[in-house]
Amino acid sequence: MKNEIDFLLHLADNALIIGHRNSEWCGHGPILEQDIAITNIALDYIGQARNFYQHAAELINQQPTNISVTLTGNDMVLPATEDSLAYLRDVREFKNLLITEIPNGDWAQTTLRLFLLSTFQLQLFTQLLQHSDTQVAAIAEKSIKEVSYHLKWSQDWVLRLGDGTEESKQRMQTAIENIWAYTGELFIQPEFATAACLNYSAIQTAWNQKVSAVFEEAGLSIPPKTFVQKGGANGMHTEHLGYILAEMQYLQRAYPNSEW
Amino acid sequence: MEQNLEKIFQDKIDREVRIEPKDWMPEKYRQTLIRQISQHAHSEIIGMLPEGNWITRAPSLRRKAILLAKVQDEAGHGLYLYSAAETLGISRDQMYDQLHTGKAKYSSIFNYPSLSWADMGVVGWLVDGAAIMNQVPLCRSSFGPYARAMVRVCKEESFHQRQGFEILYVLSKGTEAQRKMAQDAINRWWWPSLMMFGPKDDESPNTIQSMKWKIKRFSNDELRQKFVDVCAEQVKVLGFTLPDNDLKWNEERGHYDFGAINWDEFWQVVQGNGPCNKERLDARKKAWEEGAWVRDAALAYANKKAKQKQAAA
Repeated sequence: MKNEIDFLLHLADNALIIGHRNSEWCGHGPILEQDIAITNIALDYIGQARNFYQHAAELINQQPTNISVTLTGNDMVLPATEDSLAYLRDVREFKNLLITEIPNGDWAQTTLRLFLLSTFQLQLFTQLLQHSDTQVAAIAEKSIKEVSYHLKWSQDWVLRLGDGTEESKQRMQTAIENIWAYTGELFIQPEFATAACLNYSAIQTAWNQKVSAVFEEAGLSIPPKTFVQKGGANGMHTEHLGYILAEMQYLQRAYPNSEW
Repeated sequence: MEQNLEKIFQDKIDREVRIEPKDWMPEKYRQTLIRQISQHAHSEIIGMLPEGNWITRAPSLRRKAILLAKVQDEAGHGLYLYSAAETLGISRDQMYDQLHTGKAKYSSIFNYPSLSWADMGVVGWLVDGAAIMNQVPLCRSSFGPYARAMVRVCKEESFHQRQGFEILYVLSKGTEAQRKMAQDAINRWWWPSLMMFGPKDDESPNTIQSMKWKIKRFSNDELRQKFVDVCAEQVKVLGFTLPDNDLKWNEERGHYDFGAINWDEFWQVVQGNGPCNKERLDARKKAWEEGAWVRDAALAYANKKAKQKQAAA
């Protein structure tokens, strides 16, 4: 059960952190319609995070107390809730992929990151439809509808910017170089990802096909083999995550035990 | 000829027939509407900033989701208001330009800072509340596209106001620190909210003509009084107070009396000297300027695709 709970926290943390990053654009987007789109995408991700956290909390609370505490983190108050899991764990307890936490950069980097991540998520969630826990399968089913749109939207931007102007092509190519080192981590199966339905090498094959096809159409090139930055699933993060959590968790930390 | 058209136009208005974009209208009517609708659209867009300021810091996932949805609604309002204004022969880019150069105004309320989470409650309750008071009559505006846009805007604003009140209600039942946070937010936003109804009637130069054209249905002071009467009762439910020692029920008038508004502050903020005027405008200009290459690329790509399609046909 510990593995399933950790895996749920991994999925929830991915959604929460990418949702947080995308929400930073709200009110500052380059085009009003796109400001609405990215805010809506952020909202989808916060919704996914809530579904995964709620289910994780449910499972945690079914465990004997001594086990629940180690599952939730050092000084957590039980029972666990979606908010205690999001707001009261620290950097080393977060299990999100590094690609979700790196800064937004410009519009090219933001949309490229979403394209690379949602291509991965679509494959992953499709496998989760077969998960033996029907609640996980149900959340995956709902999330697939959203992620398919995120993928379409971000793919359109990769094409538009890759094949737009000289400047946009250059910016997209720079974004690829900035982000590429964080893509290898997508295919490293975390120790706790033990569900029978999972097959990370199949995800990688499908991801490679999709990304190569879109890059080719956009006239973008994949960088030569780069070093893979990894560790997010084990709580080894970039320095960026601490600032995200400091901002996100500030009210819960400054005014403990309050209802909002 | 012109006189005749003007008479037909005014007759229509008097009979409550909506004016549509292709109908003849006096140039001054068109200009007044462009000014008012674009100012309203700009207010929605600038208004995203003080609330957007708290999205990444919302205290629970539920609050975060609601706030995201709310700010997204404001962007949507901006979008259909810009579209309504475009039917009068001005482009969105021209309107942006007027905003960025300071030629067009937006609601001064958004030039105040959002300093605590309780501000999200107060902005919903008082700021959106005042906006609704102003906007419900606009659903009957004589100009069709504006009136229709306002029907939807008002529905959503009424949800915003309730969620704001609910934030404050939860804070009012919370810890001492939360209650203090909420009372402080009410104290800071109350007077600026009253200023949202605009200058006093005898100093509002556009009111008479706008009422004759049924762009406006009630005067600034009428709406302000109505707002005070509602809020003075609602604040009791919260167990907080409004920061006005002169606020008291006047049996004879059937309304609450209230203290004097600091009109000097109002005009200072209108003229650009509010606490956040520069920041708000700079944020919008930055988004616009830094987005130029994105818009250029999108346009270049669309043109390329259109050409390819043409060649293939």
